[in-house]
Amino acid sequence: MALPVYASPLERAWHYIYLVICALVFLFLIAPILIVIPLSFNVEPYFTFTPKMLALDPEGYSLRWYDTLLTLGHPAPETPRDGTWWAAAWERATWVQAAKNSFWVGLWATILATVLGTVAALGLSRPEMPYRRLIMALLISPMIVPIIIIAVGMSFFFAKACVAPDSAMGAIFGLFLSEKGCLANSHLGVIVAHAVLGIPFVIITVTATLTGFDQSLIRAAQSLGANPRTTFFKVIMPLILPGVVSGALFAFVTSFDEVVAVLFIAGPDQQTIPRQMFNGIREAISPAILAVATILVVISVLLLTSVELLRRRSDRLRGVTGR
Amino acid sequence: MAEATTELLTTADGRPLKAALAAAQARAKRRAFLLVLPLLLFVLFTFLIPIGYMLKRSFEHDGFASSAPALVAWFEANPDFDPANPPEEAYAALVQDLARMQTERTTGIAGTRINYSVPGSISLFKKGAREAANLTPPFKESLVALDADWARPALWRGMESASHVYTAEFYKVASDMKLTDSGWARGQDKERIYLYLFAKTFFVSALITVICLLLAFPVAHLLATLPMAKSSLLMILVLLPFWTSLLVRTTSWIALLQEQGVVNNLLVGLGLLSNDGRLTMMYNMTGTIVAMTHVLLPFMILPLYSVMRVIPPSYARAARSLGATSWTTFRRVYLPQTLPGIAAGSLLVFILAVGYYITPALVGGADGQLISNLIAFHMSKSNWSLAAAIAGMLLASILLLYWLYDRLIGIDRLKFG
Repeated sequence: MALPVYASPLERAWHYIYLVICALVFLFLIAPILIVIPLSFNVEPYFTFTPKMLALDPEGYSLRWYDTLLTLGHPAPETPRDGTWWAAAWERATWVQAAKNSFWVGLWATILATVLGTVAALGLSRPEMPYRRLIMALLISPMIVPIIIIAVGMSFFFAKACVAPDSAMGAIFGLFLSEKGCLANSHLGVIVAHAVLGIPFVIITVTATLTGFDQSLIRAAQSLGANPRTTFFKVIMPLILPGVVSGALFAFVTSFDEVVAVLFIAGPDQQTIPRQMFNGIREAISPAILAVATILVVISVLLLTSVELLRRRSDRLRGVTGR
Repeated sequence: MAEATTELLTTADGRPLKAALAAAQARAKRRAFLLVLPLLLFVLFTFLIPIGYMLKRSFEHDGFASSAPALVAWFEANPDFDPANPPEEAYAALVQDLARMQTERTTGIAGTRINYSVPGSISLFKKGAREAANLTPPFKESLVALDADWARPALWRGMESASHVYTAEFYKVASDMKLTDSGWARGQDKERIYLYLFAKTFFVSALITVICLLLAFPVAHLLATLPMAKSSLLMILVLLPFWTSLLVRTTSWIALLQEQGVVNNLLVGLGLLSNDGRLTMMYNMTGTIVAMTHVLLPFMILPLYSVMRVIPPSYARAARSLGATSWTTFRRVYLPQTLPGIAAGSLLVFILAVGYYITPALVGGADGQLISNLIAFHMSKSNWSLAAAIAGMLLASILLLYWLYDRLIGIDRLKFG
C-alpha cells in the first residue's frame, strides 16, 4: 500500500508505525516456528542457545538429538551401525514406531474422510439437495465442537462398541479391533475418530471447488452418451481434483497432529508422534522433542507448498482470476 | 391463451406434466440425498451417538442404586419420608446394605456416588461398612453412636436422590450447588470452583479474541492492500503456523518463554533484566494466553483478509476527497465495511478458544487451566458422570455460539487460505 502524496507528516508517521506493527506481528507468527530449528542442533540438553551456539562455533552444534530418535527404545544402540542395527531401529525404536503409527492412521483416516466427504460434497452442492443447511451444519460440527467433548464421548462409546471375537462380525473386523473386540484401544478406533475430525475440512474445500461448477457440463456429458461413471471420472473429477487433494491434505494434517482423541481412546499400541511429544513435554522435556518438531516443520512447509500450488491450479482451471 | 391453460399439459407418454415434474424432482432430491447418506451414517455412528451417549452418562450413575438394594426398596415404598428424622426401618435397611457392601466390596462406589453431593461420605461409608456386621438394634442409635453424621438430613437426602439411577444431580454439582440439610443450595463463594472456571474460560477466550483482533487487523489490511506478488509471499508467513503442528508451536513457546528460555536470556543479555529478576511467563496464565493467541491468530487473519480484499479503495478516496480526515475515513467508511470479517473471525476464535485443551494442559501450569482441562481431570479420576455433565454444559454453550455463527455468517462461508 503506497502512501498518497497528500499525506500529512502525522499520517506519514502513523503509516510507518503501522508497518512496524505489521512486521512485529509477522515476527510473532513466524519466530516461534523458526526458533526450534537451530535449537534442535544444540549439543547440550538445554532448551536455549548456549554461548557456543551464539558464537557459531561448530562444537556447539550436533546431531545427537536426531540420533536419539533412532536410539531411544533400540535394543542395542551401541553396536556398530550395520544392517541389523538399522533393522532393529526400524522395528523397535520408539519414535520410529510412533512415526509409523501416525503415518498409517493418518493415511487410512484421510482415505475414509476424503472418499465419504467428496461424495457427500457432490450431493450437498446439487441445487435440489434437501435440508442442505442443517446437514452442512452437522457435518462441519466436528471442527467446532471442542475436541475434548468428542474424545470423552468416544471414550465412553468405543469402550462399549465391541463385537464378540468368535462371531461373524468378529471374524471380519477382529483384526482391526482390540483384543477384547472393542473399538477402544484399537487402530480402527483411532482411524475412525481421526476421519470424523478430518471430514469438515474435506467438505469445506470440495464444496468451495464446486461453487460455480457448471452443472450443464454433466448434462452435456450425458447427452453425448457418457454413463454416470465416465461422467464422474472424465468430467467432474478433473475439475474438483485440486479441492479433493487439498481437503485430503488438511485431513491428513489434522490426523497427524491430533493428540486428545488418541489420549482418550487409544491403547499403548497406538502410540503416535503427537502423543509421544505430549508425554515428552509433560514428563522429561529434552531437545529430542525439538528435533521431532524440526522434522514436522519441514513436513508442514512441504504440505503448505503443495496446497498453495493446488489452489492456484484450481483457480486457473475454473477461470478465477487473481487470488 | 385462456384456452391453452384449461387443457392439461402432458408428457410424451401421456402423464400429466405437473406430476412428471414432481416425480423427477423427487428423484433428483433422492439422488442428492443418497450421495450424502453414507457420510451421514458414518457421522451418526462415530460422532452423534458417542456424544449422545456421553449426555446419557451425565444423567446416569448406578454406584449407589446397584449396591444398596434394601434402602432403594425402602425409599421407593416411602417417597414422603422425613429426611430430618428417618424411622428405624430405614436405618435397618441401611445397615443391611452396609454389611452387603462390605462383603461385595462396593463401599467405594456407593460412597463416591454420595460424595458428589455430600462431601465426606466416602470415609463415612467405609467406616460404617466395616462395623455394620457388629451393629445391634436399635440401628438408629448404634449407627449414630458410630458417627453422628449418619443422622444428617443432607446425607439422607443424598441417599434418596442417589437411589435413582437417572438424575440431574451432576448438573447441579457442576453448577456448584451443594446438598445441605434443607435441600439443594448455592455453595459459598469460595466453593464455586466450576462456575468460576467457566467464567474464567469465557473471560480468557474473550481476551484472546480481542488480542487476536488487534494483532490481525493491521496485518490483514496490509495483506489485502499490497500487490498480489508481495501479499502472496507474506501470506505464507500466516499460513505456515496454520499448517504447523500444534505441539510444535507449543514446544517452541516453552523454549522461548521459560525461565531459562530464549526471551529471558535475551533480556538478561541486553541488561534489561537482572539474572534474579527473570520473568515467569510459562506454566501460568500468561503462557496459556500467549501460546493460544499464536495458535488462533491465523483463524482471525484469514476471515478478515477475505473481507478486506474485496473492499474497493475508491470509497476511502471518495471520503478523503470530500474532506474527511484519515481517522474519520477509517472510522466511518472503512471499519463498517470490515464488520462481517470481524464478526466471523471473532466468533471462530472465541469458539475454538473456549474448548481448548492441549495448550493450557502443557503450558498453563496450575492457574492457566481452562474448563476442558477440568473435564480431562475428572475423566482421569473416573468421575465419568461429573465429567460428562461439565462437558454437556460446555457443549450447550458452544452450540449456542455455533448457532449464532450460522445465523450471522453462515457455515458455508467458512474457508481456509
